Amino acid sequence: MNDRILRPSRRHFVGGASLAVLGAPALVRNAFAQSTFNWKRFAGETVNVLYVKNTRADLIMAKSKEFEDRTGIKVSAEAVPEQQQRQKALIEFTSGKPSFDVVALSLHVQKRIAAKGKWLTDLRPMIADGSLTSPEFDFKDFNAAGLTFSTQNDGTLDTLPKFVDYWILYYNKELFAQKGVAYPKTMDEILTAAQKLHDPGKGIAGFVSRGLKNANVPVWTSWLLGQGMETVDKAGNLTTNSPEAIWAAELYKRLNSEVAPPGAIGFNWNECQSTFATGRAAMWLDGIGFAAPLEDATKSRVAGKVGYGIVPAGPKAHHSATFADGMGIPTSCTRKGAAWLYIQWACNKENQLTMLKNGAGSPARNSPLADTETIRASKFGKEWFDTILGSAKIGRPGLPVIVPVTEFRDIFGVALTNMIGGADPKAELAKATEAFKPVLEKSEKA
Amino acid sequence: MSIAAPGVERNYWPFVLPALIVVLGVIVFPWVFTLFMSVHDWNVSGAVTFVGFENFRQLFTDARFYESVLHTLYFTVLAVVLPVGIGLAAALVFHREFKGRGILRGIFIMPMMATPVAVALVWTMMFHPQLGVLNYLLGLVGLPPSTWVYNTKTVIPTLVIVEVWHWTPLVMLIVLGGLANLPTEPYEAAEIDGASSFQKFRHITFPLILPNLMIALILRTIDALKAFDTIYVITQGGPGTASETMNIFLYLQAFAYFKLGYASAVVVIFFTLVIALSLLLLHVRQKTKWNA
Repeated sequence: MNDRILRPSRRHFVGGASLAVLGAPALVRNAFAQSTFNWKRFAGETVNVLYVKNTRADLIMAKSKEFEDRTGIKVSAEAVPEQQQRQKALIEFTSGKPSFDVVALSLHVQKRIAAKGKWLTDLRPMIADGSLTSPEFDFKDFNAAGLTFSTQNDGTLDTLPKFVDYWILYYNKELFAQKGVAYPKTMDEILTAAQKLHDPGKGIAGFVSRGLKNANVPVWTSWLLGQGMETVDKAGNLTTNSPEAIWAAELYKRLNSEVAPPGAIGFNWNECQSTFATGRAAMWLDGIGFAAPLEDATKSRVAGKVGYGIVPAGPKAHHSATFADGMGIPTSCTRKGAAWLYIQWACNKENQLTMLKNGAGSPARNSPLADTETIRASKFGKEWFDTILGSAKIGRPGLPVIVPVTEFRDIFGVALTNMIGGADPKAELAKATEAFKPVLEKSEKA
Repeated sequence: MSIAAPGVERNYWPFVLPALIVVLGVIVFPWVFTLFMSVHDWNVSGAVTFVGFENFRQLFTDARFYESVLHTLYFTVLAVVLPVGIGLAAALVFHREFKGRGILRGIFIMPMMATPVAVALVWTMMFHPQLGVLNYLLGLVGLPPSTWVYNTKTVIPTLVIVEVWHWTPLVMLIVLGGLANLPTEPYEAAEIDGASSFQKFRHITFPLILPNLMIALILRTIDALKAFDTIYVITQGGPGTASETMNIFLYLQAFAYFKLGYASAVVVIFFTLVIALSLLLLHVRQKTKWNA
């Protein structure tokens, strides 16, 4: 045994005391957190979690044991492909007794129906309850874009945002440099830049984006946000045949027909990705989450040449279309405490940072985006992080907060596809608006 | 001769009942329930209201539904005629003895063993207008590239290519079965009469294998009418609604828009169409029997 511990010198004593003084606040804070918050409170319970199958779900499900060791709560999680998960959630919520205690929802699609059906528990009382919420939780760390999605019109917070997707403009720096074209500052400049970069002889399109019905609607709404408008106004009226919507549709039509690759009419994000990744498109408008495959030199010919830009400003406003996922607890859940501990853990700073580091999407918390070490070590480059932060400041929902989102996307998606085929934007939007209006009215009355 | 003891009533019900329960539960009940739903405004998340024939009235004024019926018929005609024609030709070729016939026949029937969804995913990649192998092959022979399923005009014929590739082997196998059972006497008589190969085919082979062809035709028609997986995976009914068949339309109404009443009305119409076509084909088949 080292007897110096028992007989400390003055130097050791002073040094030790100094360290103790310096480290005391952190130690006390940590000790306080450990002592006041009991993660084991619901030990022995089981939480059933329903995720959408994606990389984010895979990452968190792989770490379930960490949560089980910390809380003594058993996790039974399943991840179902997106469309089927939405069907399952709807049917189970409608039954009144869903089989899950925690559910991941696509808020850009399911927010309104969740509110209307009173599917989920308001999380605010639990967040305010010190016995249920860890002091490390730090609610203020969640960004405004995510919280806007999670907050219903009546002020309830029925989900905790987990992932916020911002639409950005990917551009091929090499092609831009070759033609001496600058990154567009406005939406109109996207078209003029695309016209300069469009080179069908070499198999290069100036611009690529989704043409496939349903999937294509966020492209159009992105342009409409540039007019400072969404597709449904605050009073719940459709703005889809307004002059601004027609302007956005005309821009959509020109970009997807005049400077697009052949066959863009049927492109979803995957065809757009493969076109851009093979260097056959100069610009691509889509969600932020494609940096990982684009920067993977084994799968992409443009790795290291990809530029990431905030969507340029429109004639009247500057916004980035946003989409978000959140996690909630069913109203009928009988294990709300354990479920809330799970959500807290799943959306904690560490797990949000893991998601970011793995290129699985942009987190709903601010702290991971300020992590300088992550930014320095990331192969996506600082521009990608700057684009997220910049987009977060101007984020606005890319889809209307209504119940029949899928029908909205289908009806207007077909109109947009018809436009690529040559149809008149004004006539198509008028027809689609006429077709969708009764659907919307009926959904709100039901 | 009766096996029951005199004075004892024979009771067959215990033997019939299990099968009857299964048939009622699995076939009759779903149908009755579908009919019941079709006369209701039935949304998964809303109230259920009786609306009489309102769903059918709406359906017959829905331009998208009419369009889906036309797409279904267009797709079905192509996806039946081409595999039956090519399958018949392939059967005639593979019926003859030649070197390597076994291996080639094995290769020819391989597509039939593939899972439709996997097949659809592979073809989707092949159809890519810029990166797909099909346009590369067209380029090699000096032909211009096509936009395949990414074009409203070519999408259905292109989807039929997948069906032809996938299901022609089935037709070939059915016809080969017929060819293997053909009697030799009529051919010997024709030979003596100096008939040409075409005449032998036209007047002996074709009439004798017609019942097999009719079976292939019925199976292909039912398969083509209910085609869903390939179309959904490759185009999801697009571009726009250019390849939206009744099944895709039905799927969207039921599982994307959750209008179960409206979707049930589509099922009733679709079922009527399938029954009508099947009865027609069965009637034709009766006329093609050897002893007819």
